[in-house]
Amino acid sequence: MGLLTNLRSSISRAVSSMFSDEESKRIGIYGPPNAGKTTLANRIARDWTEHGDVVGPESHVPHETRRARRKENVEIERNGNTVTIDIVDTPGVTTKVDYTEFLEHDMEKDDAVRRSREATEGVAEAMHWLREDVDGVVYVLDSTEDPFTQVNTMLIGIIESQDLPVLILANKIDLEDSSVQRIRNAFPQHETTELSALEGDNMDEVYDQIAEYFG
Amino acid sequence: MAEAKHPEDEDGVKIDLISAERMDGKTTMEKIRTILDGVRDNKIVILEAGLTPDEESRLIEVTMAEISPDEFTGLEIETYPKSQADDSSLLGRLMGKEETKKLTVIGPANQIETLHKDETLISALVSRK
Repeated sequence: MGLLTNLRSSISRAVSSMFSDEESKRIGIYGPPNAGKTTLANRIARDWTEHGDVVGPESHVPHETRRARRKENVEIERNGNTVTIDIVDTPGVTTKVDYTEFLEHDMEKDDAVRRSREATEGVAEAMHWLREDVDGVVYVLDSTEDPFTQVNTMLIGIIESQDLPVLILANKIDLEDSSVQRIRNAFPQHETTELSALEGDNMDEVYDQIAEYFG
Repeated sequence: MAEAKHPEDEDGVKIDLISAERMDGKTTMEKIRTILDGVRDNKIVILEAGLTPDEESRLIEVTMAEISPDEFTGLEIETYPKSQADDSSLLGRLMGKEETKKLTVIGPANQIETLHKDETLISALVSRK
């Protein structure tokens, strides 16, 4: 019985990987800087890939992610079904980058200028991916921050105009100032799921939603 | 006839209010150029009809390409959030998808700061450079 089950599972996985190019959907993780996008991408990769690879380094300094990074063929299993996605961790989107803000994080001027230049390139790259190369969006917001910002309004508008499925995640619920309701009020047209990507809180529901939205 | 003063000679905050009609015939890049040229000239640009989501996306991209240290740090842009009521309005349906265009305020990031924003009000602080 066990052998048969294992065999069936192996065949199913082999068949699934043969067709993975067609089946795998590219899901962009978007949001403003410091919302926890890379922490979420790493959490998903750790939970669902064999070696638990990370997608990128996490940091409290804004614009740590300055290139879009793709983790391919992440297989998420929910209720006996497998959903295969490519996770695309994108740089935080903004309309302004000032290198002097990085100086506050004990950075030398040259490093701060270089970081700001890379950050601007990363934002442009993220916008390009959004227009051309993603099949769905996980929009991550820091639930301790005001969600009523222009960047959020514009990005959600851009995503909606492209008819992309979007799942809004209210991150950092482990922090005292977190308010998930504020995000629900800001985007009532979309379902909002709460989580702490750092602590792993409520990830089961997040995976259920990913399977439902992008499966 | 009095000679028009050059904007650089003035000490106040310069504002361009651009009508929907003026932007109507322009391509996306022409609109973006109009906005960025104004903002880089330290003006506050107010668009009567705002931009489409695709134009906003390209505005972000071009803005990022133009940011340079100690010279231009980017934009502050504000528009009313999309209201749910608009989606089902008769006018909206008649006008198609672009009915969400709304008055939009854009300025240099180092000169304009949003103090409050909700579905019907944008309150901003505009300072001289």
